[in-house]
Amino acid sequence: MIASTPKVTESLFVRILLILVALIFLSLVLIVPLVTIFSTGLAKGIQVYWAAITESDARSAIYLTLTAAAISVPCNLVFGIAASWAIAKFDFTGKKLLMTLIDLPLTVSPVISGLIFVLLFGAQGLFGGVVSWLDIKILFAVPGIVLATIFVTFPYVARSLIPLMQVQGNDQEEAGLTLGAGGWRTFWHITLPNIKWGVLYGVILLNARAMGEFGAVSVVSGHIRGMTNTIPLHVEILYNEYQFVAAFAMASILTLLAVVTLIAKTYVKWRTGEEQA
Amino acid sequence: MSIRVEHLEKRFNGFHAVNDVSFRVADGEFVTLLGPSGSGKSTILRCIAGLEEANSGLIEINGQNVTYVPVQERKIGFVFQHYALFRHMSILDNVAFGPRVRGAGKKERHDKARELLNLVGLSGMEHRKPSQLSGGQRQRVALARALAPEPQLLLLDEPFGALDARLRKELRAWLRELHNRIKLTSLLVTHDQDEAFELSDRVLVVNEGKIEQEAHPQEIFDKPATAFVASFVGETNHVEGMVDEGTVAWGPFRFKAIHLKQGTRARVLFRPNDVYVASKREDGGWPGTIQSVQFLGASVSLAIRLEDGSILNAMVPKGVADQSGFEQGKTVYTHITQAHVFPATV
Repeated sequence: MIASTPKVTESLFVRILLILVALIFLSLVLIVPLVTIFSTGLAKGIQVYWAAITESDARSAIYLTLTAAAISVPCNLVFGIAASWAIAKFDFTGKKLLMTLIDLPLTVSPVISGLIFVLLFGAQGLFGGVVSWLDIKILFAVPGIVLATIFVTFPYVARSLIPLMQVQGNDQEEAGLTLGAGGWRTFWHITLPNIKWGVLYGVILLNARAMGEFGAVSVVSGHIRGMTNTIPLHVEILYNEYQFVAAFAMASILTLLAVVTLIAKTYVKWRTGEEQA
Repeated sequence: MSIRVEHLEKRFNGFHAVNDVSFRVADGEFVTLLGPSGSGKSTILRCIAGLEEANSGLIEINGQNVTYVPVQERKIGFVFQHYALFRHMSILDNVAFGPRVRGAGKKERHDKARELLNLVGLSGMEHRKPSQLSGGQRQRVALARALAPEPQLLLLDEPFGALDARLRKELRAWLRELHNRIKLTSLLVTHDQDEAFELSDRVLVVNEGKIEQEAHPQEIFDKPATAFVASFVGETNHVEGMVDEGTVAWGPFRFKAIHLKQGTRARVLFRPNDVYVASKREDGGWPGTIQSVQFLGASVSLAIRLEDGSILNAMVPKGVADQSGFEQGKTVYTHITQAHVFPATV
């Protein structure tokens, strides 16, 4: 592909001005808050910071966040690949509807997503009777948090794969079939290697969202310390109790995750671009 | 291996892509489905491959009914227009893929792949990726890959469509030579008549989901069965007229139309090289003025305005044109040596 560099026509003064405006804006909305999180977290020294993130409620919040992510990532990975395979490679009635449904969690406010589960599994809810009859806890317990996380994060893998698979078309799969490979083999040997970077990209976004989700999880969690608190919920509780150092220390974990995610995302994007070339 | 197709039908959302198509391909034969884009020729090929399921009809490969056999069990080699090489695999792995899924060991399949890459003239490129090859090389890899599982027949879907004219001609000759050597029953789909004529033992002209004519290339050209075949294969002049006592009149010309009903409209088609152009008045010649002369290499194309105002395209060898001094504005006398008369389509 030939990339042409556009000719620069603006004067030096205008260029410097524009760059400065962009830089100032960037530091105000991104860099300053980022630095604040770490400096406040570390304000009373590394020991206090360490104590704040290893204290038992904090540990349980970290553990719960990791659990929710560890369940929702594989679930939505399988769902996302299956859905994008169906949408990109086949024509069927209801395809438009399925695509709209996949986007639903992105368009609905997370709080509403949480409320959906309260309405479904609450005592007066649709499945309330079944839930109490089976004597399982969904709301204000881990299953509710996992369900809400899965719901909120399910578009990510499908969204990153559908355009990729649509561009690639069916040619290579058809070639695989004519060469004697069955559907399963074609999927593992031909489709999957072609979309692997797209899959990884989707998983990174999905994981980041799963760990950082606040709204939906907040509605279904019940905020029981040491039991149903995830990292974002724990941060809120600490902050409301004026434990700023602890709150910022916990926040720094999520921030670190975000930074790692960004780096991984950039790397994957770069690899995808290289593969396409 | 032979192919037999009977009453094949394929519809897409009400659109009749293939409409009652029947034909046969004999063992070792090279047959071409020739037609414009959207004529349904690719769909016929994809039905035979099993990439599309026929709505009704019968497909037999080597006497065995395969109409409902899945594609991976049909033992066919398929070459796609855009190569469809596996991007993430090396050339060697691409070609070895077929033997691999059929259970060949590593050494066996790599030997087979090397042998085929040698056959298509790409030895030494085993470890390259498809993106490092030119279009012509990629299509040769695709052919080697299709041949690797030792298919019963080879299906080619516009295999040279994405290549430039010179390379197309080169690969055409190469493919014909390869076919002579390995004698694998082959079915080619193309919209390029030169390709069809040069490669095939037999040509099936396809239009609107039906086979218009099935014949040897020479016969398709000389004796088109329908007006569509006559106009699709090669350039044509066409005029219309009423059938009167078994003839159609146009100027001083009389075309035989004994196969048509009295008083119906007829369509007369004749090729530019079936127009004889004389510089002197002879019996029956229709005078006209040369309006333009176009040099085409070995021959010259003339646009002649006849007395009734219509334009006639004639093709004459360059030597004749030079000798007779054909140039713009010159008065010439035209004769039509061969024409095909069909009922006019309403």
